[in-house]
Amino acid sequence: MANMAQAIRMALHYGEENLNVKDIFGQDVGAPLGGVFTATQGLKTSWNTPLDERGIIGMATGIAMTGERCVAEIQFCDYIFNTMDLLKIAGNTNWVSKGNYTMPMVVMTPVGAGIRGSVYHSHSFDSWATRLPGWKVVMPSTPLEAYGLLLSAIEDPNPVLFLKPKALLRVKGDELIPGEPGDEKELKNRIDAPIGERTNWKPKWPKLEPYMVPIGKARMVREGEHVTVVTWGRHVTVAAKAASELEQNGISTEVIDLRSMYPYDWSAIRDSVRKTRRVLFVNEDTEVTNFAEHLSYRVTQELFYELDAAPRVMAGKNLPGIGLHPNLEDASVPQFHEIKSAIEELAHEKP
Amino acid sequence: MALRMTTGQVSTKMAKTKAHAAAKLGSKKSAKTPTRKLPLPKELLLQMHSLMLKSRVLEERLIKIYKVGESFFWIGAPGEEAWGVPLGLLIKKGQGPQCDYLHLHYRATPTLIAMGMPMIDSIRLMMNRATDPSTGGRNFSNHYCFPQWNVTPVSSPIEVQYLTAIGTAHVQRRSKTDSLTVVTGGDAGTAEGDFASCLIWSSRPKAELPILITVQNNTWGISTSYKEQHGEENIADRGKAFGMRTRVINGNDPIETYIALQEEMAYIRKNRKPVLLEAKVSRLYGHSSATGATLIKEEPCCLENFENLLFKNDVLKEKDAKALRAQFEEEARLAQEQARTEPVPTAESVWEDYFANGENGDWRKF
Repeated sequence: MANMAQAIRMALHYGEENLNVKDIFGQDVGAPLGGVFTATQGLKTSWNTPLDERGIIGMATGIAMTGERCVAEIQFCDYIFNTMDLLKIAGNTNWVSKGNYTMPMVVMTPVGAGIRGSVYHSHSFDSWATRLPGWKVVMPSTPLEAYGLLLSAIEDPNPVLFLKPKALLRVKGDELIPGEPGDEKELKNRIDAPIGERTNWKPKWPKLEPYMVPIGKARMVREGEHVTVVTWGRHVTVAAKAASELEQNGISTEVIDLRSMYPYDWSAIRDSVRKTRRVLFVNEDTEVTNFAEHLSYRVTQELFYELDAAPRVMAGKNLPGIGLHPNLEDASVPQFHEIKSAIEELAHEKP
Repeated sequence: MALRMTTGQVSTKMAKTKAHAAAKLGSKKSAKTPTRKLPLPKELLLQMHSLMLKSRVLEERLIKIYKVGESFFWIGAPGEEAWGVPLGLLIKKGQGPQCDYLHLHYRATPTLIAMGMPMIDSIRLMMNRATDPSTGGRNFSNHYCFPQWNVTPVSSPIEVQYLTAIGTAHVQRRSKTDSLTVVTGGDAGTAEGDFASCLIWSSRPKAELPILITVQNNTWGISTSYKEQHGEENIADRGKAFGMRTRVINGNDPIETYIALQEEMAYIRKNRKPVLLEAKVSRLYGHSSATGATLIKEEPCCLENFENLLFKNDVLKEKDAKALRAQFEEEARLAQEQARTEPVPTAESVWEDYFANGENGDWRKF
């Protein structure tokens, strides 16, 4: 099965061939490297830019103003912060021009901890991103989801931030992408660039099929009766594992992969919380003014009298950075045992 | 950094402009005849004068609208007519990459007037009407947007247009076209990194962009003098480090400006390479309403000087210039009266166009 980096690569190839993507660009995105996570290898419209994040976002915005579709990359979200006012402009252009200029552009950037990336390769951007009105914000949790969300992002007439959970980029999925060869080695031989000299290498793309994950729709990862966990990105798998273990203790946990932070699937959250009456939100962006606090607020406002326990938000500690040593990183972002304990506590909380 | 909407001294007196004489366009016969002393055809000189005057009268009306309390803020372009009108006349006008793109800043009325913008559309923007075609009453004066002419939305940050411009120029570079991208900005904005980024991205080897990068140097950033903050004699000199063609012109002279723009735009259209052009201009009414919006008599007035030149060379008669001014003043007055009667944006409309194609962006309705 493809890993998430390969899935993204295949989605971009599909976009070039079928969705009028004419530019895929960013630092080290083009040949020979094809992206620091290999997600842009072998693409015919990929190219390298100066090491200038503001230039990258400005370029994407200008391309979108012509109506053409592009995908830009900021190599790590840790380096996206100096582009904030350009992101604001991309987000407000359709609104301020009363619909005169739609902005069909995708910006993708790796986010989150989990690879021992230290202070400047572990940031999250989820909550920052939700404070950029006019943007859609998505984050996949599996290779197939990455493929489908990226195709939807490319087709969308609005600016879309495609957040890549960097700890999952090398993780293989358990579902085939439509058109992906069943043999993993065959896929690798066809679309992974060789190590070292690769000047004359060209990929042999499989015949890929469209697969769209609608933006704004959550995914039910597993159904449960006692507690709802709403999460996204790499914590989907962690929460599902905790739920699986707790099943043996008689605790039935529903896990929802939000997938899309804006717009978000309120009906999925609402229906689940009405059923379980208890909810935990998990993500790794810092905890003060975390996006999950908005979701928790809405649960409290609209479902207060249907709850059996106070909604909880488990997020990254409000620290200036993620320290490199594993003891530091693990103490900074939600861990498996913490999620499991929180679910257990919620299940047993008495009103 | 963005334009600052500061609380400042506001004069209650409308600035008095000097008496301008009226003009009318020359006959077809005389239009084709270059004047003896002036290097442009008489018809073009009169056309430029008429558009400069129209733009000035419009800006004076915008200032009046602010001063009588019918708008919240004014920022605009009086003093930049000699620069902006020739630019507007030389634009390959239309929509899409086959035509020129404009990434303008908030002193662009002369360019838009030269391109054909009716006065009333500027006044609708100034008066925040729902009928304002640029923003529907959402943004400040001079924050124009005309997609049918590739005029991308003007925004208040003073540097970002130097970066969005590289995107449209990139698309034009790989199109079979002679079209180009124009970006305008002030001298203060060139201190931002985006200006340097524009020079870098426009001159990448084998990927040079068909872009006219311009600076209107009025020597002021609100109240801060250029000379206090910049060591470079000419901003255009920075382009030399990138192997870029550069030029410094007197942007208060419409004839020099027209000829220079014609030459530089022809170079870009043919060679598909960037040019950095700096125009020295005046700022006749200060930064904005935040600094008073009153006439600064010490600044050279490009319109007055141009009119005197035309009078002296028998291209224009004073009585004709005066009549033309009266005609534009009446047009502006009537446009304001019309705009007063037009609807304003409703409170319910704040969520409109959040996303494209009417898609809801209000989380309360998710």
